[in-house]
Amino acid sequence: MQIPHTIEHHPETGLYNAKVGIWLFLASEVMLFGALFTSYILLRIGAPTWPHGWEELNIPLATVNTVVLIASSVTMVMSWASLMMKDFKKYKMYMGITVLCGLIFLVIKAFEYGAKFEHHHFPSTNNFFATYFTLTGLHGLHVIGGIIVNAYFWGPGSKMWKTEPQRFINRIEVAGLYWHFVDLVWIFLFPSLYLL
Amino acid sequence: MEHSHEEIKKHVRKYIFVFVALMALTVITVVVSYLHLTITTAVIVALFIATIKGSLVAAYFMHLISEKKVIYITLLFTVFFFIGLIVLTMTAFHDQVMIPHVS
Repeated sequence: MQIPHTIEHHPETGLYNAKVGIWLFLASEVMLFGALFTSYILLRIGAPTWPHGWEELNIPLATVNTVVLIASSVTMVMSWASLMMKDFKKYKMYMGITVLCGLIFLVIKAFEYGAKFEHHHFPSTNNFFATYFTLTGLHGLHVIGGIIVNAYFWGPGSKMWKTEPQRFINRIEVAGLYWHFVDLVWIFLFPSLYLL
Repeated sequence: MEHSHEEIKKHVRKYIFVFVALMALTVITVVVSYLHLTITTAVIVALFIATIKGSLVAAYFMHLISEKKVIYITLLFTVFFFIGLIVLTMTAFHDQVMIPHVS
């Protein structure tokens, strides 16, 4: 069976279907993170005392992670632009860097978590750490998901470039939209958790 | 999307500009946090910078600056429900909490 509108635009939307699909998914993701973020605000305002993020968390590590994730967003969009300019070699390079940046982010996050556990700071310690682990943990799972998809498109999935180039470009655009969203979530998590 | 080679090159220049802006804003937001401002000012500054950064990512990397109507409509609904989610939750502060009387 042929999947409809993978390349040609749907007459109703003027877009290929996957793009509408990913945006609907991202809309649901806004609600997911939004619910947790709202819980954080409510818990924090309602608490008699709440530690400053910079007292408990490692700002230099988180800043490096912010830079890494933003850089990966740029390389992601560059990988799409490379395909648009029909430069498959550059695509491979940029997508490779994107996956690598995702992995670096996770390694740094693991060090951060490790340091917290060493100091006996767990999600059960208090509401601050419960919020910290829930939000960064869920975000981390999203990074893992993105890495798996991007690694597939860097490796075996890239065969499609030879058979259906436009469909492959669309796939990279959709994977990119997800990856940028993960970056966007971090842009808000970083100041709210670490800097306030 | 139909784009000429030249158009994409223009896009790439924009992406690099946005990257530099995002890096600069990251530095600013971290530096400001070391000033240890009062919590209200700190929240306003931090969220203001984060919103600019988020908008840059959404507008340029996610191409929202030139997208089709159906996507804008979807996002309009998202914004509506997102605000509703926050506002409805915040009304919990006005709940009359019944504290059981201990005798």
